[in-house]
Amino acid sequence: MAPASELRLLTFPAAAPTPVQPNAGHPPASARAQTVAKLRTRIRQMERGERSCQAVLPFGVAALDQRLPEGGLRLGALHEVIGGGNDGAYAAAAALFAAGILARLEGPVLWCLTYPDLFAPALAAAGLHPDRVIYAEAGDETAILQVMEEGLRHGGLAGVVGETAKLPMTASRRLQLAAETSGGLGLVLRRWRHAETAARFDQPNAAVSRWRISTLPSAPLPVAGVGRARWQVELVRCRGAKPGSWELEACDVQGRLAVPAELADRPAAAADGQHRAAAG
Amino acid sequence: MSGRDGAARAIQAADLHARRLGLHPGLPIAQARARIPGLHVLDADPKADHAALAQLAAWCLKRYSPVVALDPPDGLWIDATGAGHLFGGDRAMLDDLVRRLDRSGIAARAAMADTPGAAHALARHGYQQVTIADRQVKEALGVLPIAALRLPVDLVLALRKLGFTQIGDLARTARAPLALRFGPLIGRRLDQMFGHEPEPFEPVAPTELVRVERVFAEPIGAPETLQRQIGLLADALCATLRHRALGARRLDLLFHRVDAVVSGIRIGTVAPSQDPCHLARLLAGRLETIDPGFGVERMTLTASLAEPVILRQASSLAAEALPEITSLIDTLANRLGAVRLYRVAPIESDLPERAVAKVAALAPAQTASWPALLLRPIRLLAAPEPVDALAALPDHPPRWFVWRGIRREVVRADGPERVFGEWWQADAERHSVRDYFQVEDQMGARLWLFRSGDGQDPATGSMRWYLHGLFA
Repeated sequence: MAPASELRLLTFPAAAPTPVQPNAGHPPASARAQTVAKLRTRIRQMERGERSCQAVLPFGVAALDQRLPEGGLRLGALHEVIGGGNDGAYAAAAALFAAGILARLEGPVLWCLTYPDLFAPALAAAGLHPDRVIYAEAGDETAILQVMEEGLRHGGLAGVVGETAKLPMTASRRLQLAAETSGGLGLVLRRWRHAETAARFDQPNAAVSRWRISTLPSAPLPVAGVGRARWQVELVRCRGAKPGSWELEACDVQGRLAVPAELADRPAAAADGQHRAAAG
Repeated sequence: MSGRDGAARAIQAADLHARRLGLHPGLPIAQARARIPGLHVLDADPKADHAALAQLAAWCLKRYSPVVALDPPDGLWIDATGAGHLFGGDRAMLDDLVRRLDRSGIAARAAMADTPGAAHALARHGYQQVTIADRQVKEALGVLPIAALRLPVDLVLALRKLGFTQIGDLARTARAPLALRFGPLIGRRLDQMFGHEPEPFEPVAPTELVRVERVFAEPIGAPETLQRQIGLLADALCATLRHRALGARRLDLLFHRVDAVVSGIRIGTVAPSQDPCHLARLLAGRLETIDPGFGVERMTLTASLAEPVILRQASSLAAEALPEITSLIDTLANRLGAVRLYRVAPIESDLPERAVAKVAALAPAQTASWPALLLRPIRLLAAPEPVDALAALPDHPPRWFVWRGIRREVVRADGPERVFGEWWQADAERHSVRDYFQVEDQMGARLWLFRSGDGQDPATGSMRWYLHGLFA
């Protein structure tokens, strides 16, 4: 088997926006695109140790799904969600974002906490039924990561969420490997208790993607009152995709995000939607 | 309770009521009768006492820890190493023990300490019914009376005559003269109490249980060897269990060391299990709590709780099911303690802190949920935090408020949602009212505030503002 570094080098030209075509002839553009897509899939499979079936959970928001390499959030992988703005200590929006993702999966969920301040009725309101969630109160950060790994390795869970401040490289790699072998979804909610730990959130780890969710002022209503919550959803880092940032409406009762109505009606967004329809 | 001590009959044990009347063990029966006419005296029955103690030990063995020993005439040792977390802590375990004994009519005192000697002394001479020897208590061991040292009565009397009253006095005295005059017992008891000398005890063996044993020609101590032996023991145990159509709910693994010290591991499962690999993994997970010392010469594995297994037909026609999560729950419950692994169920209460109940991780599904349209925050603070706020009475949201030193302007708000106190829970809640508001500040943070009181009647609350949760 070739060393991993060599394979990495191979991905580069393939993942570049305009791949160089060695073919001298000029096949039709669609056939060329197909070949490139096939090659990309093969390279990805080689990188991941020959796992052919990669389940993906689409967000149902075209702009987001198009940006992600497989058209959605990859299952069998570790993802990182950070509370943005002044939500870093409680990671409220990040927790609801995670709940919305898990609500759209089937099966039990393990939620590992250090501080039991998660309020289950709100999870239920995002579509995550209380019967599906098993809470584990681990004493400290190290225990959280161990419990998460145990849960991911088991394979009987739809997903595992862990609320932690630290996510070191080694631990994240272990979690990622456990998720890959079992096919479960791992979500790490980063929340700090002391502001200085927040600075360490930028350090690299083995998670496949890193999201930052910040709260925005809610949708304006014609009358006084708080409208549907809005978030700034940022894809800070993702393997095989460019970062991006979207203003979205928060999870509904089935855990789905949505594009705000006044943004969706803009001509550019409409064109995006048509494009996706044609591709699908 | 009287007994024959030499020629005279004397009191051997007295209940609380009798002690209040001034009767104490050692008092001749004739004197006691003279003092209190109509005294009810029972003859002591040491044999029956011992049998009852053994029965109690068997119960403790089932419920608390794999290593339990008799401490006649009236005590039990429980080696609680690594057993407390199953009850949510050492204190919780002792409280549970004392409460259960009390309910069955046994007045018990319990103490937990690093050494059997210290625990013995604290249980009998400590100030509280339940004592946990933290650092402070350990320093106070010296002020206990010398009777706490488990010395013969005449020796205690002789020492008292010399002016020794407290253990600290003895500990500070030179050992050699003491040993010359009174023998080596005082020194040994002191060392045993302070942990300088080990004190092995013979644990009671459980009866009528599935039990397998391995004896080694050479003592073993390497973790890999111990782990392999655990695997073999689990195989043997599961073969027996399968034969009887039983599954283990709890396993006790005892390590008999060459220096006669016995230490144990106890694990529990949420459902009866016959799977040797699963059980061996659970046991091996707690192997780090065991110190093999100079080596282990004997290991016994007992299924201290076994239940019938109901085997189910696996259907290949049904959709491919996910693996059962019981094994995962077992692993995590043994690591974290069963109380820290739970699901939640809805309770019909409008007070947010009472709307959620913890249930066992594998409790039957509730299907009920909270009303989906109810506005509830994703994070609920452990206790509402008071905030300074400016609001128009009686039912307007605040204009601004200060939480943790940061002033926030309220841009939008929803409310009030009025929550009444639950008069059937407490008298103080009879009139209390909370008005909840969801507010959004200028930065877009959405928070859950409430005002204690309805804004008009001072009887309903203090009219102060509190922050109770954070919306996403």
